[in-house]
Amino acid sequence: MAKVEARKTLPESDLRDVLREMLLIRRFEEKVEERFRAGELPGFLHVAIGQEACAVGVCRALEDGDIIASTHRAHGHTLAKGTHPNELMAELYGKTEGCSHGYGGSMHLYDVQHGNMGANAVIGGGLPHITGAALAFRMRGEPRVAVAFFGDGATNIGTFHESLNLAQLWKVPAVFVLEDNHWAESTPESQHSPIRDLSERAKAFGMKALKADGQDVEAVYKTTRQALEHARSGKGPVFVHLDCVRLHGHYIGDPQVYRDKDEARKLAETRDPIAMLRDKLGIGGDEFDVMDAEVTEIVEASVEFAKSGTDPAPEDALKNVYA
Amino acid sequence: MPELSYREAVRDALSTAMRQDDEVFIMGEDIAEMGGSMGVTAGMLDEFGPERVRNTPISEMALAGAAIGAAMQGMRPVAEIMYEDFMTLAAEQVVNQAAKLRYMSGGQLTVPVVFRTQGGAGWSPGAQHAQQLEAWFVHIPGLKVVFASTPEDVRGLLWSSIYDDNPVVFFEHRTLYGIKGDVPEKIEPIPIGKARVHREGEDVTVVATGRLVHESLKAAEEAEKEGVSVEVVDPRTLQPLDEATLVSSVKKTNRAVVAHEAVTRMGFGAEVASVIQYQAFDWLDAPVERVGAKFAPLPFAPVMEQFVVPHADDVLAAVLRTVGK
Repeated sequence: MAKVEARKTLPESDLRDVLREMLLIRRFEEKVEERFRAGELPGFLHVAIGQEACAVGVCRALEDGDIIASTHRAHGHTLAKGTHPNELMAELYGKTEGCSHGYGGSMHLYDVQHGNMGANAVIGGGLPHITGAALAFRMRGEPRVAVAFFGDGATNIGTFHESLNLAQLWKVPAVFVLEDNHWAESTPESQHSPIRDLSERAKAFGMKALKADGQDVEAVYKTTRQALEHARSGKGPVFVHLDCVRLHGHYIGDPQVYRDKDEARKLAETRDPIAMLRDKLGIGGDEFDVMDAEVTEIVEASVEFAKSGTDPAPEDALKNVYA
Repeated sequence: MPELSYREAVRDALSTAMRQDDEVFIMGEDIAEMGGSMGVTAGMLDEFGPERVRNTPISEMALAGAAIGAAMQGMRPVAEIMYEDFMTLAAEQVVNQAAKLRYMSGGQLTVPVVFRTQGGAGWSPGAQHAQQLEAWFVHIPGLKVVFASTPEDVRGLLWSSIYDDNPVVFFEHRTLYGIKGDVPEKIEPIPIGKARVHREGEDVTVVATGRLVHESLKAAEEAEKEGVSVEVVDPRTLQPLDEATLVSSVKKTNRAVVAHEAVTRMGFGAEVASVIQYQAFDWLDAPVERVGAKFAPLPFAPVMEQFVVPHADDVLAAVLRTVGK
């Protein structure tokens, strides 16, 4: 527990690294949008532009052995949990070098070695797995915590309510992270939920609920540390409500006809988590440009890696159906 | 050889595995103090305690999903879904998640979970407590599906299912819990994917599952009196299916009847009939006959329920049709 106590906040040197990681995710996602529009990426993709602080703040707070379950908007979580950009990009290109070896794609990213139990294309689909994983950790006496990411849209689905109820009933070491970007695809929160404060739903189960500004990576980190400490010490699960911003559409190519353009522009100007941290650290143009060039190079290299990857043989489709 | 009821045989497989392995535990609705709605887990709470005999809320998605999550972390949970009908509530987790996690992860994940459930008519519960839904699950790549009909088979196959590294949907039949049968002294694992020939015969093969295995054996006795020799084969595992045993039986008898309690239309038997006609076409002397429930939800009134689901006389009639009697 000493380590936990010592790591309640991030030192400034770490914050620069955090900024770099958030910028890497941003540039990665921008590249994904570009390559999708160029027709190089198959499938259906959702980028996490605007939500980088949630992914990085939460994953930085985790200990080795802690696991996550992600959502359909999974690229940021996957990179933040330690998957190399090359392996992620290769997966988006459907290559065997990808983190799911070409079987998954954007909505089914897995990296079990790094504790990533997977993205999920079914809203709320991973939540009960986190309750169950946390149960396994407790039954075996392992000091590990299982963490679920989900959005505000997921708080209306049965698995959300059933998983939180069971987790609290059994007091398992789980943390439920709500990335509340206020949109369920194209449906605003006002049209999908009768209450404005969604953490009330966790409180209804008697679950401890914490809140943080999801655009402020330091706040996300600190709040997650607090949640993890509570869960790890056997006091039961915690709900972490992150108020965040989806700067782009639901999916790549979403014309966002349902959204006020000025509002989106204003959010980009005032609530961009990368700009917020950069301002806080007082990082000037030159230093930022150097950082930007470094991460851009990593992203470009990931595209090269992916394009030169190996296509699976068509008949590989019949492998991995059974263990 | 000791004699066990089908119910005791299920319990024996669960308890023996739990004595042997800490990774094995059970969870489900009313399985602790009450011992499950069918009494299968009676007494297990006393032996293993509430950590490993976990009563859950009425919450099939979380119950199924938490079992999957624990299995992903190396446990071997057995989740009891009280009635087969409620598998429809757990279906998202069973079909979209358990069945596909290994595949979607490119082989990284292993999900050694068992979903035990039961169904079956004959006691007038009406339309939502006795359906036979095995056809829903055999259609899903990534799931194994077992349906045992005797105490020996249910024990040996549940054992193999618990230790299988894939998700297994394990069907039990409500009206079979009380039947008794000899079982080996020590549990002998029965391989998943191996059919059992219950009765050898020369003229007609009846491929039957669950309660219909017993109905078919009764029908075979009656057919014998009319000079027709019937072979009764229980696939026991519906996915994977032991096609070789079924086909070689039909090549011997040249006639086949497929019998199950589930609705005939689009049922598991349709696939069996297809396997037989394709692999034994030149051996067949009659169309493959099918026996199953009529195309209606299960009615309440006993006379209507009796009418909808098949019995020994339906199997007998089908057998006789294949020989032109």
